Amino acid sequence: MYRSLFPRDVFAEMDRLQREMQQAFDLSPTIRGFGRGGFPALNVGGTPQTVEVYAFAPGIDPKSLEITLDRGLLTIAGSRKSDLPRSGGSSGDNQAAVHINERFEGEFRRVISLPDDADPEAVDAKYRDGVLQVTVQRRASAQPRRISIQ
Amino acid sequence: MNDLRQQDTPSSDVSNTRRDDARYDEAALMPPVDVVEDASGITLQADLPGVARDKLNLQVHAGRLTIEADIGLALPEGLQSSHTEVGLGRYRRTFTLSPELDTEKIAAELNNGVLKLTIPKADHAKPRRINVNVG
Repeated sequence: MYRSLFPRDVFAEMDRLQREMQQAFDLSPTIRGFGRGGFPALNVGGTPQTVEVYAFAPGIDPKSLEITLDRGLLTIAGSRKSDLPRSGGSSGDNQAAVHINERFEGEFRRVISLPDDADPEAVDAKYRDGVLQVTVQRRASAQPRRISIQ
Repeated sequence: MNDLRQQDTPSSDVSNTRRDDARYDEAALMPPVDVVEDASGITLQADLPGVARDKLNLQVHAGRLTIEADIGLALPEGLQSSHTEVGLGRYRRTFTLSPELDTEKIAAELNNGVLKLTIPKADHAKPRRINVNVG
């Protein structure tokens, strides 16, 4: 998590501390802070045949997503634009007021390292309901084999 | 003033007698939201990745708006999780609406995991220009 070197605002600092405490002890972690990584939140898992990566990236044009796999590093990058009215811009925008602004906005990039047996030639990506699912096949040579005893 | 600016504390009405009391007690993620108000009403956008249209449950009851949704991921068989940042399969968040909002005319759209709610103000609450007649 980002830590300011020069804590300018004591209350913001307390707020951050409280949030971190809550995330450490709460049974129901909040999705809000993305304390552990950033946007998009990632779940990673595997089956004997595949490695599955789920990126929780709602509201993104799938065409703007950039997914690369290079030497075992899977990179998911893109950007998300906010359609909130610009604050401070007094021009027009008939007095729209932003009351809550928690959703992520801007460029994002997340990198995860895949296990050694992931096959960079067999990658499949799907985007559905705001979740990007990247499926990487494991190499056949790495599949468990039964060795017969002579 | 408008209470949608402030979200409710999640535990405020656990004791409420609700039909699905047991479900309500279950842990859920709090989705991040944006709330914007202009002269015509309030627009709320919530990030609900992984939620299909039929898994979204919106309720307005006693001046409170509850967004509840289940994450439905197509998980392959035998999946073993190795890293989890989204650790729960449900979102829930409640807001208190104010009386000038017209709850009958709430419009909802769910697109790529983003819910957009448009809550118009009741006609009597919209700002009106009052003409001054010069006598």
